[in-house]
Amino acid sequence: MTRFEDELRNNNFVCSYCMKCQHFVWPTSEFCNKCLGDVTWKQVSKDAKLVEVSSKNGKYFCIAEFEGNIRVFGSLLGNHPRPDQNLILEKCSYDERPQFVFK
Amino acid sequence: MKKVAITAVGVTKFNKSEKPLESMMLSSIRPIFENAKNLEQDDIDVVLTSTNANRNYLANIISELSGIKPKISHSVESLCNSGTNSLVSAYAYVSSGLADVALVVGADKADNPGLVLNWDTSRGEYRHPIFWSSMFTSAHMRKYGTTLEDLAYVSVKNHRNALDNPHAYFEKPFSIDDVMHSKRLTENLRLLDCSMPCDGAAAVVICSEEKAKKFTDMPIWISGIGQKTISASFTKNNDLTSMESTKSAVGDAYRMSNKVAGDIDVVELHDAFSICEIIELEDMGFCQNGQGSKLVRDLHDTNNKKVNPRGGLIGAGHPLGATGIAQVVEICQQLSGKAGKRQVDGAQTGLVHNMSAGSTSSTVLVLES
Ligand SMILES: [Zn+2]
Repeated sequence: MTRFEDELRNNNFVCSYCMKCQHFVWPTSEFCNKCLGDVTWKQVSKDAKLVEVSSKNGKYFCIAEFEGNIRVFGSLLGNHPRPDQNLILEKCSYDERPQFVFK
Repeated sequence: MKKVAITAVGVTKFNKSEKPLESMMLSSIRPIFENAKNLEQDDIDVVLTSTNANRNYLANIISELSGIKPKISHSVESLCNSGTNSLVSAYAYVSSGLADVALVVGADKADNPGLVLNWDTSRGEYRHPIFWSSMFTSAHMRKYGTTLEDLAYVSVKNHRNALDNPHAYFEKPFSIDDVMHSKRLTENLRLLDCSMPCDGAAAVVICSEEKAKKFTDMPIWISGIGQKTISASFTKNNDLTSMESTKSAVGDAYRMSNKVAGDIDVVELHDAFSICEIIELEDMGFCQNGQGSKLVRDLHDTNNKKVNPRGGLIGAGHPLGATGIAQVVEICQQLSGKAGKRQVDGAQTGLVHNMSAGSTSSTVLVLES
């Protein structure tokens, strides 16, 4: 999983992808979860959709969805977020855990 | 498949102590041998342990410490529904005829690892269970207008029920105001909406119909089982206003037992957080979708103990590996008419719902007297 972590540390989100089944395997894995075949790494679009949101100490956290099936928890900048609104991945990183920031 | 009965139960006080895990397990096993007639260590041919304590060879250690030489012994771990998972495994051994009598014992300590599922990278920095709970709450509030006060009623009711449970972690009542003003963890979750990790152990003996007659005059039958895992990642829950694994598991348990929600007299369900009870009541058919809050208020206002009579996880505490088994112990006591001040009058059919990791996995059992 180091490629995933390394790329995140460089502010780049790549995810395992099965060429045969043509889908992202998330969370990342060495094996496709449909055909159990090998996967490659593929760039994930920075466009996401807001699935759900809440806040802690005035800061929003959310579940956002990339590519129609990659859902992650992340932080959300901005005001009055509503589910289904379009988001952009502002920043990602890795420090023991993946970190995603949307706006 | 052979019929399978629960014939003896034991549970410890839920608290925080210095007691080792093994001692806690043995404390829950002792009342089983004290109370069951004719039950000797030699009768037991399966010992299953459930815990999240990462302990090697635990079932064999517990067997040795309790003087049992079983044919089959091993641990079962599935985070918060470890307890019912181990019971389902024991059921399979007995119903298949591979064994006749099984002892199932679960325990955890408040500081055990495993309270948080580190594997789930999709939770990012928000790996603590309060964050998935907050997502369920946001979604349910948005779709059904559920309020913070509705959530507080779950906590008040379950803490009140726990007052009549001598084994419960909490020993004092809380008002709606107490819950509303307890420490804010997120915008829609307060400290008193949460179940507390604590120490505790619970045990049951299950056996075949022929053996049951030897050990008790009042067997409790396991008539329905449903179990479903949709994923390990919380984010694979597509609809955050319901619990897919619970709906699947309860459907199977109702089909197997030939029961519907209206037949159930008493329920122990997995209220890890207040929102869970509301969603689970809806998903298991005790009310329509969106009516869970109203049902909880009705139960509270009429002092009806049908749902979580022992106080649920919120009132009784949540020692992960023990929780599912403690829920089963409560329903057995209810169906035997031995629940004391918690007794639901005339209860003949009960249901246990135990889930884990943000409802990525659920177990449902239907028990009958
Ligand atoms: Zn594939």
